[in-house]
Amino acid sequence: MAASAPAAPRTPYGRARLLALGRATKPIRDASGIARAMFWSGVAITFFFIVLAVFAPLISPYNFNQYKSGGIRFPQLGHPSAAHWMGTTVQSSDVMARVIYGAQTELKVVVIALAMSLTVGVPLGLISGYFGGILDRFLVLIMDALFAFPYLLIAIVIAFLLATSSIGGGILTAAIAITAAYVPLYFRVVRNHVISVREEPYVDAARALGARPRTVIRKYVFFNVVQNVPPIATLNAADAILLLASLGFLGYGIQPTQGAEWGYDVSRAVSDAASGIWWTGLFPGLAIVLLVTGLTLVGEGLNETINPVLRRRRFGRFEFEPVPGPTEEAE
Amino acid sequence: MTGTSLRTYLITRLALVLPMVFILLTLVFLLLRVAPGNPIEAALGGHVPAAYVHQIERRLGFDKPLITQYGDYLWNILRGHLGTTITDNRPLSQIIEQNGAATLELTFFAMLIAIVVGVLVGLVAGRYRDTPLDVFGRLFGILVYATPVFFLGLMAQLVFGVWLNWLPTSDQASPLTQALLQTHTNIYFIDAIWDGNWGALWDVTKHLILPASTLGLVTAGVFIRLVRVNVIRTLRDDYIEAARARGIVERRVVYAHAFKNALVPVITIVGLNLATLLGGAVLTETTFNWPGIGHELVLYLENRDYVAVQGIIVVFALVVVAVSVLVDFINAYVDPRIRY
Repeated sequence: MAASAPAAPRTPYGRARLLALGRATKPIRDASGIARAMFWSGVAITFFFIVLAVFAPLISPYNFNQYKSGGIRFPQLGHPSAAHWMGTTVQSSDVMARVIYGAQTELKVVVIALAMSLTVGVPLGLISGYFGGILDRFLVLIMDALFAFPYLLIAIVIAFLLATSSIGGGILTAAIAITAAYVPLYFRVVRNHVISVREEPYVDAARALGARPRTVIRKYVFFNVVQNVPPIATLNAADAILLLASLGFLGYGIQPTQGAEWGYDVSRAVSDAASGIWWTGLFPGLAIVLLVTGLTLVGEGLNETINPVLRRRRFGRFEFEPVPGPTEEAE
Repeated sequence: MTGTSLRTYLITRLALVLPMVFILLTLVFLLLRVAPGNPIEAALGGHVPAAYVHQIERRLGFDKPLITQYGDYLWNILRGHLGTTITDNRPLSQIIEQNGAATLELTFFAMLIAIVVGVLVGLVAGRYRDTPLDVFGRLFGILVYATPVFFLGLMAQLVFGVWLNWLPTSDQASPLTQALLQTHTNIYFIDAIWDGNWGALWDVTKHLILPASTLGLVTAGVFIRLVRVNVIRTLRDDYIEAARARGIVERRVVYAHAFKNALVPVITIVGLNLATLLGGAVLTETTFNWPGIGHELVLYLENRDYVAVQGIIVVFALVVVAVSVLVDFINAYVDPRIRY
């Protein structure tokens, strides 16, 4: 696939990189029937929500906190109707608008939270695993302690403390709370993998050639370890949505004035349910279920295709990869 | 050989636990005490005379230097003194005894449901890999995993509580039962059996069905996934191949050889998921107004009662650590290979 690229002059490095990309995605392209179907339906669902999030102002009939239109107030707890497809809430806002704008909030928080947990967790794991020693012992002890703890509670406590402090509740607070809950996971995965990669002959070879630790980590260890991250990060994104919704449900997520959040909306709907009102809770809840399912399908698909233990090729054949030309030596 | 090595393993494991407990306790202290702001004022609201605030500060030792507070804090936990809440003067031991019992009741039955559903669906999905049964099992697993426990709870309340009117949607028992049932263990389910009070038992069970099934089903999602992968892995093992080569019937290979070995890691999975289950219990208890320790935590957080929050978090931490040790120990007992 990479070979069909236009014959623009390429540095050997760029070409090797493209080939590597082709090799990395090969298992996905090779996946068999069901794994393939699950993976692509997951991609479709996730894509649908990304479109909702990005084009929310264009798609949504009203704003998420709008309660009247043309001077006429929307009905309170109105049944789903032609004007309000998913009904209205007790504050007269449109449920559908809140569901659509909710996608925006979820994606914002999850992207920020994932970026932060990766930037903290992955380097810590790399350094701790590669250098070992006292620093490693110390970090492992802390991270293991945190990892054993219910992560919802970590997130609640952090969100509670931040909300009480001057930062206040909001997208950043929610993202930080989620980050705190996930850093131990990335740290563990990366560190344990580094430990096993560290002793590989090619890493030894790089060291023997006199490469500095920085170079070894960046060039050899990192790329090997980072392959494990996409499935985990995708499954983690699914989990992060659930975590954000849980925070919202308990009142520690996004403030209602800042954006629509599905978990918060479900918590508001608990009192409606007692009188048989279903639309205020059902739709935001279904949105959570659908998006988490989509992300999980993508993550499981990646896992199943990248993880050789679970992989099943369409045919029993095995093709040798074209050997990429000699890449550059260690710096 | 087994006797000594098992004991050695246990001692080593326990020795490793101490630093973990110490670090967890320190983190809790750092987060809750060193955080900016005056916890007492926060708990009592802004309109309390300064003298009264100081008096409580002195009672709780909050006026001492931080390092002394830290020492006192660790010493008190060591003695089992978790203190008294700021907002309603309730000893934490009482919260653990009463609300902890409610949480224990809920999580026990939820775990039971999760194991039964998870193991059954996971075994079937793994055994019939890549068939419609597998797809159905996996989708079911993903769907229950993807459903927030509070949303499933809300829908269950709507359908079984409001529309069908079959089951109660909040509390641990009806007020009459609560008033009449004698407490021996604070676990209503056991108390009712203890007294042979079958009416109360039925009432307690009815209250338990929705919360326990909600929490159990959501937890089952994780089990399904792990059991399925385990079965697939085991079915590929050499000894399975060997059993087949010896001409053992496929049914027997699968049921007697593969399933048993695939289920050994379930113990670990159960233990690892206890933390998740406790997190889920906080949400389930809030949804169903279940008077458990997680529900109390949410209430005390709302009231900014730092002493109560700190105490409850410490209890959660200790429970989690204790369970992880227990799981490791059971594993070492079942599988001698672990005891290196």
